[in-house]
Amino acid sequence: MLEINTEDDVMVVKLSGELDHHRCSNIRKKIDSRAESQRPKTLVLDFSKVLFSDSSGVGLVMGRYRQMLLLGGKLQVVNVPENLRKVFKLSGLEGLGVMK
Amino acid sequence: MNTTNEMDLKFAAKSINEGFARVAVSAFVMGLDPTIAELSDIKTAVSEAVTNCIVHAYPDKSGLVYINVKITEKGKVIIKVRDKGCGISDVKKAMEPLYTTGGEERAGLGFAVMQSFMDKITVRSSLNKGTTVTMEKAIIRRGKNDRER
Repeated sequence: MLEINTEDDVMVVKLSGELDHHRCSNIRKKIDSRAESQRPKTLVLDFSKVLFSDSSGVGLVMGRYRQMLLLGGKLQVVNVPENLRKVFKLSGLEGLGVMK
Repeated sequence: MNTTNEMDLKFAAKSINEGFARVAVSAFVMGLDPTIAELSDIKTAVSEAVTNCIVHAYPDKSGLVYINVKITEKGKVIIKVRDKGCGISDVKKAMEPLYTTGGEERAGLGFAVMQSFMDKITVRSSLNKGTTVTMEKAIIRRGKNDRER
């Protein structure tokens, strides 16, 4: 399940369940399609309901970071559960300044 | 090293099977009473290894992924993830963090995650014959129930 809501130039994507290569390819298409049509200034990826993520979840964040740069906006990653922080930390994502 | 339990899996190298593979391996390992963190590490490492097979091993044809899991009497989990695909021409380079041939959406962290989340990882690969990734992790034993295992 993927919930996308846009209000006042902020597009919030509520991710849930398990993020792997299989799911991320579908999620990416949906987010990119909506972002390209709505052109939000901020894209927020909310991880609060994500139960599992391998490095595909990191790839999803990195890809959306690049996409928002191209669209002239910014990315925020919020509510990353403690059990996912290990893979996020390893990736160096914290250095991008998008983690809240 | 005596094996106390063992299982084999064989499935099509299709991305929909990534979840099945990691859940099957973690369910098998549950007998060792791992912590949530240990189980999460194993699930993540298996997911990375299986995804590598699915993304890279069979670029032009369908193929199979083989998983063998052994549990030793000392509580070590040994997981082999194998394919009979195209092989890796330069294993050392493939294992460098951020290196990927999988396109922009791949983080290039698969082997880095496996190395970080497991105690030991070995990669053997032959061009056009396939790749075997062997990962080991010791499950720390806790409490009285360990003696019954």
